[in-house]
Amino acid sequence: MAAVIPDHLHDHHHHGPTGLMRWITTTNHKDIGTMYMIFSFIMFLSGGVMALTIRAELFQPGLQVVQPEFFNQLTSMHGLVMVFGAIMPAFVGFANWQIPLMIGASDMAFARMNNWSFWLLPPAAILLLGSFFVPGGAMAAGWTMYAPLSVQMGMGMDMAIFAIHIMGISSIMGAINIVVTVLNMRAPGMTMMKMPLFCWTWLITAYLLIAVMPVLAGAVTMVLTDRHFGTSFFNAAGGGDPVLYQHVFWFFGHPEVYIMILPAFGIISEIIPTFARKPLFGYASMVYATASIAILSFTVWAHHMFTTGMPAVGQLFFMYATMLIAVPTGVKVFNWVATMWRGSLTFETPMLWATGFIFVFTIGGFTGLICAVAPIDIQLQDTYYVVAHFHYVLVAGSLFALFAGAYYWLPKWTGHMADERLGKIHFWCSMVFFNITFFPMHFLGLAGMPRRIPDYALQFADFNAMATIGAFGFGFSQLIFIVVLVKCVKGGEKAAARAWEGAHGLEWTVPSPAPHHTFEVPPVVK
Amino acid sequence: MRKAGGENRQLLIRLAVAAFVMFGFGFALVPFYEQICAAAGINNLLQPDRSAVNGQIDESRTITIEFDANTHDLPWQFRPLQSEIKVHPGQLVQIAYEVVNNRDYPVTGQAIPSYGPKVAGQHFRKLECFCFSGQTMAARERRTMPVVFVVDTDLPADVNTITLSYTFFEVAGTQASGGDAGGRS
Repeated sequence: MAAVIPDHLHDHHHHGPTGLMRWITTTNHKDIGTMYMIFSFIMFLSGGVMALTIRAELFQPGLQVVQPEFFNQLTSMHGLVMVFGAIMPAFVGFANWQIPLMIGASDMAFARMNNWSFWLLPPAAILLLGSFFVPGGAMAAGWTMYAPLSVQMGMGMDMAIFAIHIMGISSIMGAINIVVTVLNMRAPGMTMMKMPLFCWTWLITAYLLIAVMPVLAGAVTMVLTDRHFGTSFFNAAGGGDPVLYQHVFWFFGHPEVYIMILPAFGIISEIIPTFARKPLFGYASMVYATASIAILSFTVWAHHMFTTGMPAVGQLFFMYATMLIAVPTGVKVFNWVATMWRGSLTFETPMLWATGFIFVFTIGGFTGLICAVAPIDIQLQDTYYVVAHFHYVLVAGSLFALFAGAYYWLPKWTGHMADERLGKIHFWCSMVFFNITFFPMHFLGLAGMPRRIPDYALQFADFNAMATIGAFGFGFSQLIFIVVLVKCVKGGEKAAARAWEGAHGLEWTVPSPAPHHTFEVPPVVK
Repeated sequence: MRKAGGENRQLLIRLAVAAFVMFGFGFALVPFYEQICAAAGINNLLQPDRSAVNGQIDESRTITIEFDANTHDLPWQFRPLQSEIKVHPGQLVQIAYEVVNNRDYPVTGQAIPSYGPKVAGQHFRKLECFCFSGQTMAARERRTMPVVFVVDTDLPADVNTITLSYTFFEVAGTQASGGDAGGRS
């Protein structure tokens, strides 16, 4: 695992195995980035099919499509697949492609470990999705896998635990790679405070990953030993405590939500200045805000557990700490808006997604503040209000930022401009249907509809029907993206090296598509 | 670049050590959590409660206490010797449960109490209870076990009936587990 030493400095073509073996053995950061993104898109579609089955069942009260047992498996697996299979690997894919290009490195620091990080994922995905077909079905304890349910399930739970172990190892290796690359591989003159913000947010995210993925691995290991080896971490009869699981899980879980959003902040911070044709407003404050969010994320976990019977002092501490996070997040939102202020704005597809991101993500941020207030949260705990909140930050936050980034960097990846017309249709359909799906869930939650149920009281019928229609619209809108991708890979308008006229940064100094090997001679940044 | 390789490796080792330390930290949260709970005086399901301070009996109220007994995957016969009694808040009461081990070998079980309504739990003070420790029953043993309790005088006025329910769990490790896999879901 030494640093990559290019052995064919002047050869810009790929040599080595061809066909399938090329992809299995590749150590090239661009190849691996591409594989990460294809993998995450496949997982996104499978998680999406689960989501649509859930929504189909909830279209009307009563049981129509699936049985409750299977419904529980769907909600649990939808969460796991989207979090660990779609969002996280997609961001790692972006990091693989973009970080070496942005800091002027020839590749990631540990190219073979990079290959390993990726190829651990498909077996994990097979374990996870394969668990639907074992006796007892897939894990059905909710994506959070709370004890005591998770201690009781069938072998689907064991498969989920091992999948999480494998994905955790993959994430940790990927994170270590990113930290080392960012810290050690920067081109001469590329000081830390000159780095593109995407590299900064990923550096901080990588530290978060190294800090909390092992804690999750510990939590699921405890579940595993409780299940099979006679320990009693969470078994009350043996002196354990199920609430302890929630503490350990959310010690991972809360930083995890920032792991899924900080790289999104980075992508948005790249796109907004490009299309506002102004430098990012408050670069240094963006860096400090990202770091503060990351540090604060370790002090707020129990706001997921206000109803577990914590002392009032604890509730107050976690409530105020949570509200404190709104400050650095607010700094970021205001910086983006200030960057746009009096800029020469144009709204190409990436900018549309980025602007849409700010709008809907901020709604999700505000509902987060509402949930942070302990007395309100006790009312809203485990209702659809919470479902609405985290889909506003995860779909409209992370996913919209991923689409923004994909449209932004597709010219660099494929050498062709993406279809603007289809891209805009994709954006507007996603935006409208997203809100049709998730906005009514706020009302459902306020009215008291619990989450994770296959059937509901009649008064919730109208908003549920609306959400289902929106969900199917949103789901089918994503097929537009496949068309855009295929068209963009196959051809289209040739992209210049600097594909967007307002774009700055090292990645726009290499030709489009980026050659297989870039920056073998480090560029000098002035 | 060769030199950078050494630096990279050093940083890799440091970060990998950090990851392992954090894995240990997850487990360190277990004793840490127990200490916090002990310090905060919460989650003391298995400790005797302090007795009511004033010792006065509120004759004006009569509370019905119902007793319930369950076992969880444990072939014991477990029942209260009285299904319900009427008490005054502040009155010291002793009742008894009976448990029979139907197996031909010794088994250790642990009883976990719960209360209905939930709010009654904090006003229900058990001074002596078989649930404060694990109970090892010899083969075919029959045992009568007392519970001594006081209901606080500050029990909310709207609570007139309290259900005390015990569930006996087999203490893990005394029987090979893992046979559960695939069974319950």
